[in-house]
Amino acid sequence: MKPAPFDYLRADDEEEAVAALAEAGDDARLLAGGQTLMPMLNMRLVEPAVLIDISRLPGRAGIEDDGTLIEVGAAATQASLEAWPPLSARAPLLARALPLIGHVQTRSRGTVCGSIAFADPSAELSLCLATLGGEVVLRSRAGTRTLPAAAFQTGMLSTACRADEMVAAVRFPAAEPGAGYAFTEFARRHGDFAIVAVAAIAQENGIRIGVGGACERPVVQDWPPLAGSALDDALDALAWSLDAADDHHASARYRRELVRGLGKRAVQAAQETRP
Amino acid sequence: MKRLGAGSRHRIGLTLNGREAGGWAEPRMLLSDFLRHALGATGTHVGCEHGVCGACTVRLDGAPVRACLTLAVQADGRRVDTVEGLAPEGELNDLQKAFRRHHALQCGFCTPGILMSLDAWLDGRPAPDEGEIRELLSGHLCRCTGYGGIVAAALEAARAARAGDVGEDD
Ligand SMILES: Cc1cc2nc3c(=O)[nH]c(=O)nc-3n(C[C@H](O)[C@H](O)[C@H](O)COP(=O)(O)OP(=O)(O)OC[C@H]3O[C@@H](n4cnc5c(N)ncnc54)[C@H](O)[C@@H]3O)c2cc1C
Ligand code: FES
Ligand code: FES
Repeated sequence: MKPAPFDYLRADDEEEAVAALAEAGDDARLLAGGQTLMPMLNMRLVEPAVLIDISRLPGRAGIEDDGTLIEVGAAATQASLEAWPPLSARAPLLARALPLIGHVQTRSRGTVCGSIAFADPSAELSLCLATLGGEVVLRSRAGTRTLPAAAFQTGMLSTACRADEMVAAVRFPAAEPGAGYAFTEFARRHGDFAIVAVAAIAQENGIRIGVGGACERPVVQDWPPLAGSALDDALDALAWSLDAADDHHASARYRRELVRGLGKRAVQAAQETRP
Repeated sequence: MKRLGAGSRHRIGLTLNGREAGGWAEPRMLLSDFLRHALGATGTHVGCEHGVCGACTVRLDGAPVRACLTLAVQADGRRVDTVEGLAPEGELNDLQKAFRRHHALQCGFCTPGILMSLDAWLDGRPAPDEGEIRELLSGHLCRCTGYGGIVAAALEAARAARAGDVGEDD
């Protein structure tokens, strides 16, 4: 349970990080909060020759709100976003989802961008980004490009991020006036990865629902305003449409049942929290 | 940019429990192993080495973190606080006394990590409720106690800190 040897580089800014990535190529891994990568190194699931530490990029440690988008830099931890004073007013969906990610002791180092970059099918932040319709800023030595969330996450643990690129920041759309937000999930224990998670946004003219954990990546649908049996029917159709998988945590059938139950709870809670 | 080669050992200096400390580490050395093997601070325990059990929890620049998911080289120049720093040698702080009173430990393997999480957490929260304490404890596994005593001890330590008063020793 000890990592294989690697060269350690600590980047002081983004330029250094992407230059080192370009040089080292496929042999390098970025180290952000280490809350996923360090266990993989300890178990020798990966043995990179070079580790590029991006956890201390002063220029990318912050959270910026331009009025429409909330931009979170590559070095910003999940704990720092959780402690951002305007969070519950400006990003209520994130305010509800963040406490469900791991534990206080892992959020203190785990980064927001690292979670999005790793693209675990159950990751709460990937689900929030997909449901809100956010974007990912990718940086390489060749330049910067911005992708919508749906184009970024391409499958289970796979994204459009090239080997010479880093996620420099992610941008979450800020709360819209008149919208209600809810996030709910089912996990074996508090802090475990969710078996299924559901995010919902309720507006006067419609509902948006996002499902995580059931398939390889988040699934997002837009519905007209629904309630009662019409909502049950829509959730049932959504559950059947999912390409849900069996694994050692749960069967596909169980996951579909969770989508029906949690989906209803999330949609109703979002409708109730509409201002 | 700082570059440290794989094959060699590098000098790491940090502030351990308020005192300057230093040792040598290869880049791949975990902070948990550095504390135990290079600095002899064996109060920090190692259970799972993948972030799940919480036994290795220490404070890094004040925040509770997993020492097994942190490299020693990442702690260079920073402040690390471990269970050894909670009270002077041979003494217990209020939280530790409350643990003793409430039988919040049996074998004690998980205890250093739990104490460091609670120490960090009670710092900023004068009046935690039981739900919050249980949520914090979800980041730790204890195979012995069933957690009831730990929750009771944490609540009592928080109450004592508020009242500025400390309960009897036994
Ligand atoms: C006990 C425990 C419980 C957890 N529970 C949950 C949970 O319930 N839900 C959840 O979502 N997560 C959970 N996690 C994972 C945690 O949220 C991680 O912090 C997160 O998945 C990865 O972020 P990181 O900053 O730690 O990245 P790292 O571990 O440093 O990196 C992860 C991967 O992403 C790459 N990477 C990191 N940053 C970037 C970047 N900016 N650009 C490109 N690539 C990058 C790395 O090269 C690596 O391959 C848990 C972790 C632990 C230890
Ligand atoms: S040894 Fe670090 S969390 Fe278990
Ligand atoms: S006291 Fe034995 S593991 Fe907690």
